[in-house]
Amino acid sequence: MDYIDPHIHMVSRVTDDYAMLSRMGCVAVSEPAFWAGFDRGTADGFRDYFRQLTEVEPRRAADYGIRHFTWLCINAKEAENVSLSREVIQMIPEFLKAPNVLGIGEIGLNKNTRNEATVFLEHLDVAAEHEQLILIHTPHLADKYQGTRMILDMLGGDARIDRSRVLVDHVEEHTIREVLDAGYWAGMTLYPLTKCTPQRAADMIEQFGPERLMANSAGDWGPSKPTAVPDLIFELRRRGHSDALIKKVVYDNPIEFFSGSKNFSLK
Amino acid sequence: MPSPMNAAELLDRHYLEVRARLLEIAATLDRIDRGDGTAAEDARMQQIRAGLQILLRSPAGESDGGNRAEQIQHLFSRPYEAEWRKSLDI
Ligand SMILES: [Zn+2]
Repeated sequence: MDYIDPHIHMVSRVTDDYAMLSRMGCVAVSEPAFWAGFDRGTADGFRDYFRQLTEVEPRRAADYGIRHFTWLCINAKEAENVSLSREVIQMIPEFLKAPNVLGIGEIGLNKNTRNEATVFLEHLDVAAEHEQLILIHTPHLADKYQGTRMILDMLGGDARIDRSRVLVDHVEEHTIREVLDAGYWAGMTLYPLTKCTPQRAADMIEQFGPERLMANSAGDWGPSKPTAVPDLIFELRRRGHSDALIKKVVYDNPIEFFSGSKNFSLK
Repeated sequence: MPSPMNAAELLDRHYLEVRARLLEIAATLDRIDRGDGTAAEDARMQQIRAGLQILLRSPAGESDGGNRAEQIQHLFSRPYEAEWRKSLDI
């Protein structure tokens, strides 16, 4: 089945992964900007990263018939450095012209600190000013619930934000309802140990239905599985769900959400 | 949206898996008990005990049933502090 991975960090993956994704049916990936595993020291470090996301990865993906889209920001972990964050945020507009950029992301919170919230709000300004889609990272483990609620408070308090243009990622059993009820898109991340398994993601699809719901691998430099979306497809098939339902979650929904950006096209 | 499989089919499919996971938890708790010293007072042990209690709660249809996973998530989460803007001065 053709599918789209709406959240995967291909700069951290080897070329063999592109080949494997392609064989599994992946036709497009969307890669949010994130933490590299270490704090970058300068805005120029981010300039090089943004060039990799907008110039290098699309070419690498194209060799395997995969469309590559991306999102720009400084992630929540590095947002603790507010002055560096402001330099990076200032640089974002010049990269918004790149043809594979869908919006601002993955912005969000990590430890739910004041600096993280400040930088999150400044990213919302850029997104609103430039009419960009928004992709949001929610914190992990014990901080997820409070962080998700804080993010919903900040989004809800900003009249410029159109909720149908925001994807809140890494939802789990205790956060999915509030995200969907408030009118946002929700992403379930299939990731060993700290996030969600294909089985639990299938449970949430059964409990909440497929509207505005997507699944991703968040494949990155940590212990993660870039082919986790096909694992979910397999699990839903084993349970006897229809191809139409599965396709809605792994293909139609990403297309519907991404189509809010004029840069998105699968042609 | 209901699962296409009925309860008996789901039990067939997951019985051995649940049995294996219960054994894994039992053996892990035994291992902690056999270790030098004690972890009984550790807050995380209390969370684990509370988690096991949640698993024993009533089945779907009753007030707190059918959402054990959500209850476990809340058990391991810091609660929402509505006044966060004030405490962070945002
Ligand atoms: Zn990510």
